[in-house]
Amino acid sequence: MSGKPKLHYFNGRGRMESIRWLLAAAGVEFEECFLETKDDLTKLQKDGSLLFQQVPMVEIDGMKMVQTRAILSYIAAKYNLYGKDLKDRALIDMYVEAVIDLNELLMTHTFQPADKKQQHFATIVDKATNRYFPVYEKVLKDHGQDFLVGNQFSRADVQLLETLLMAEECKPDILAKFPLLQSFKARISNIPTIKKFLQPGSQRKPPLQEKDVPKLMKIFH
Amino acid sequence: MSGKPRLTYCNGRGRMEPVRWLLAAAGVEFEEIFLETRQQYEKLIKDGVLMFQQVPLVEIDGMKMVQTRAILSYIAGKYNLYGKDLKERAMIDMYVEGITDLMQMILMFPFSPPEAKEKNLDSVKERATNRYFPVFEKVLKQHGQDFLVGNKFSWADVQLIEAILAVEEKIPAVLSGFPQLQAFKIRMSNMPTIKKFLQPGSPRKPPPDERYVETVLKIFKK
Repeated sequence: MSGKPKLHYFNGRGRMESIRWLLAAAGVEFEECFLETKDDLTKLQKDGSLLFQQVPMVEIDGMKMVQTRAILSYIAAKYNLYGKDLKDRALIDMYVEAVIDLNELLMTHTFQPADKKQQHFATIVDKATNRYFPVYEKVLKDHGQDFLVGNQFSRADVQLLETLLMAEECKPDILAKFPLLQSFKARISNIPTIKKFLQPGSQRKPPLQEKDVPKLMKIFH
Repeated sequence: MSGKPRLTYCNGRGRMEPVRWLLAAAGVEFEEIFLETRQQYEKLIKDGVLMFQQVPLVEIDGMKMVQTRAILSYIAGKYNLYGKDLKERAMIDMYVEGITDLMQMILMFPFSPPEAKEKNLDSVKERATNRYFPVFEKVLKQHGQDFLVGNKFSWADVQLIEAILAVEEKIPAVLSGFPQLQAFKIRMSNMPTIKKFLQPGSPRKPPPDERYVETVLKIFKK
């Protein structure tokens, strides 16, 4: 037993990727156990390791944590990435919840049936550029600081960077009208722990390919 | 300006109901503004009051808070309903998130097409009785305490009692295999602040009906 957190999920981004990002940003090494078949999932369910029979599951500090948000909140608080007080937390939570909403849209794109893909893509671009990005651009403009909340690096910065990069994978020029988000992206990417995570060979996972979808469906459906 | 939190939403449960429950459980009085027309909603957006152009909106302690989970976490933190340390918080968060997944099914139910309603109801029953309720039945049985986490009233207890009552409205006998949850339900319902919230005339909203669904679609549908 190494004492390192141990992540249980399939070998891909999905709902575990934000957790990988946050641990990496906090400089915390972690191990991964990949589900390859439905039997792998069933085994975890049968031995009572999954509180609600679902992954992600993270073994950390003697707990078998489930529910992505619960896991992220625990890691953020433990490693001081959750602001200095209740009001910082409130702001971080608001920013993060919206980022998660956008993430959800980006994540589900690969699963859209062919006849819905174009519409879905248009929705992603519309929401990203009209609803979400303008808010963060304005936040950075208004306070002129390096980080989103409280002049201090937090989970909000990590989760926003993750989403900005995913949005760019979807549409490379999506940040064209957001100069402050562009410089935010460069700045946060250069933080040593994050820089390391962005290099080849890290535990960051590549985008889901269409060819991988059938294998995923077999495990979870 | 009264200093009381002010809630802006439609006049119905939706995503605001857990916030009403939590404030009420904490003994906090609040005011409500009800959205009735699309123009009202568009005005809120134009005034820049909705950070991501969405409700729920809760004005509290000088903040215009949006995003339901952010609002609930803040209230729980402020009114000591979030456990005594990081590990209790983790338990509370896990339980709340699981219950929220179940509540999501109930939230969407009125908006499902008539031909899907029976199937959706079966899904709610299946998930409640096979995935979620057994977990909390076991938690209560194992520690034998009155509350889910840390022998102390928390957000998790409020969320669970709300969910139990919401599911029972749709599936009256749903607790029949869960004696611990039956006792929990009675115990929570008798806590003074919750008892008050469960009485007629409180801010608690009735189950969604066709009129509520119409209003929501009219205001929000693009």
